[in-house]
Amino acid sequence: MPDVLKAPLVLEFPFTRSLGPVQSAFLTGLRERVVLGVRTDDGRTLVPPVEYDPVTAAELRDLVEVAPTGTVTTWAWNHRPRPGQPLGTPFAWVLVRLDGADTALLHALDAPGPDTVRTGLRVRIRWAEERTGAITDIACFEPYDGPAAEPTGHSGTFADPVTGIVTPARLDYTYTPGRAQSAHLQALAERRTVGERCPSCRKVYVPPRGACPTCGVATAEQVEVGPRGTVTTFCIVNIKARNLDIEVPYVYAHIALDGAGLALHGRIGGIPYDQVRMGLRVEPVWTEGARHPDHYRPTGEPDADYDTYKELL
Amino acid sequence: MTRADVPAPGRIAVVAFAQTDHRSADEGHSEVEMLMPVLHEVLDRTGLKTADIGFTCSGSSDYLAGRAFSFTLALDGVGAWPPISESHVETDGAWALYEAWTKLLTGEADTALVYSYGKSSPGSVRDVLTRQLDPYYVAPLWPDAVALAALQTQALIDAGETDEPALAAIAARNRAAATANSHAQLRGSVPQGQYVVRPLRTGDCPPVGDGAAAVILAAGDRARELCPRPAWIRGIDHRIEAHALGLRDLTDSPSARLAAEHAGAFERPVDTAELHAPFSAQEVVLRKALRLGDDVCVNPSGGALAANPVMAAGLIRIGEAAARIGRGESDRALAHATSGPCLQQNLVAVLEGDPR
Repeated sequence: MPDVLKAPLVLEFPFTRSLGPVQSAFLTGLRERVVLGVRTDDGRTLVPPVEYDPVTAAELRDLVEVAPTGTVTTWAWNHRPRPGQPLGTPFAWVLVRLDGADTALLHALDAPGPDTVRTGLRVRIRWAEERTGAITDIACFEPYDGPAAEPTGHSGTFADPVTGIVTPARLDYTYTPGRAQSAHLQALAERRTVGERCPSCRKVYVPPRGACPTCGVATAEQVEVGPRGTVTTFCIVNIKARNLDIEVPYVYAHIALDGAGLALHGRIGGIPYDQVRMGLRVEPVWTEGARHPDHYRPTGEPDADYDTYKELL
Repeated sequence: MTRADVPAPGRIAVVAFAQTDHRSADEGHSEVEMLMPVLHEVLDRTGLKTADIGFTCSGSSDYLAGRAFSFTLALDGVGAWPPISESHVETDGAWALYEAWTKLLTGEADTALVYSYGKSSPGSVRDVLTRQLDPYYVAPLWPDAVALAALQTQALIDAGETDEPALAAIAARNRAAATANSHAQLRGSVPQGQYVVRPLRTGDCPPVGDGAAAVILAAGDRARELCPRPAWIRGIDHRIEAHALGLRDLTDSPSARLAAEHAGAFERPVDTAELHAPFSAQEVVLRKALRLGDDVCVNPSGGALAANPVMAAGLIRIGEAAARIGRGESDRALAHATSGPCLQQNLVAVLEGDPR
């Protein structure tokens, strides 16, 4: 087995989400340092508020202000905060039932240590300095030994409500391509293209993924293919891709490397775009330091006979 | 394909089960390379080939390894030609089994291949699982999977339902049982260790690892042809609770109880239960909700505390329970799978062997 290849892989998405009327009021309220709940038909006040009753599915719109003070209903001490969490120093995760609410809100509690936290602890909201209409407008909770704060009686209607949020998400991975692709990539580093043959149907897969998708068996026999190949079909690209320094129009083609059981993709260069044709014989062009061919160019051989590649279209 | 006879409810069985050795990191293999031997093993056990299978259903999540459409690549290991009847769920394979069971109930297929796999090692599964949470009020805080389970555990401790020594005993019992399970990742004596998120210690948490599992279902007489002692699915149901943690009583699992009731779990006692409780305290919740007394053998495989390949661990519970019936070590077993934070969603299956 070749050495295991590894590479960092970062997935990052700035999710843009629109808000329903209840979510919008709640998050706008946080921006204005007002905490809103929503009243259910049976008289309970849900904080954080939801758009529909979790029991009856009835539409909920009856907003009611609750206090920024409350009681811890359960907690967990997080001595090693992770990226993205509300506090960078050790803190307690808490569910807090705010005064006036019947349900609890998840957030962080800034406390000196686990010995100072207990279920039943009285806490209050510490507001973030800069607030945008997001759950993070609550910086965290903090211990509080005063009386329950009085709500201001806010109606839940705001002049300029937030209607959406953008929540960035980033996940870090270490990508490992597996046995077959590792061998393929290691051969590419030597400018060789290596596929794998199915022991059952004898087809040679390039690039190999370790299994024959037709037969459902492992491929193992390595087969060097190419370097020359045949254009089986192609298209002409007329729109310039962002961040891609290639002049349009250019040809993007399916290329069946000699000995391969299926075609791979590549750009065709070294020939006017309108002269590329099915059956054109091509060879890879490498650039210094590249991990794969930059493009393919004509070899000057006579075109391949259609019958030699018709099964690879 | 001709339409098979519609099987009577309760006449669909697990006839074969296979799983990988679950390890902390299966770095040498891609997902399909990890999965394929399990698919071959489960087919070999019945003598079936892919072309003989009426329906194929899988469970996995692209977020685990960070590979888009990884489940379509995994299909390469099945051999999906000529085109097969196939489906996928983006959750634990136990739910894929539920879909396959309903397919067999329609009579449109009399065998089904169910598989699931998860490679947690490429990413940080604690953080990856935050992405399944409410994206408005919860996910922006990045509460990781251990933190949420710790909140549930503290609620149980406050309610007087468990304490740290009792939790340590649960962890020790599961991993002691796993000494008989060569596939398990954590076996035998494992220190409880330091707090990860208090009150949960290392020992209360599942190992993070890579693995895969596969099951074959068959209906009616077909099941008897394929297996000396099929594990008949007498009932199966799954239920979900509200996503907002603050709306739920974290010390109880009404969804697990209701699923068990609909699966017929309370009609007669079970002798064995395979519970998908990744965190020690969740076994406390499930034993109560599922009314499992001390006379029930709970997690003879070692459960998810011994091996927790995410997306496969629930299907493995069903497979382990069925295998135990197949070996004649159980006559009536309960298998449970969970998904979501703090046992939010629960599936219960009741499996029985033919009378001996």
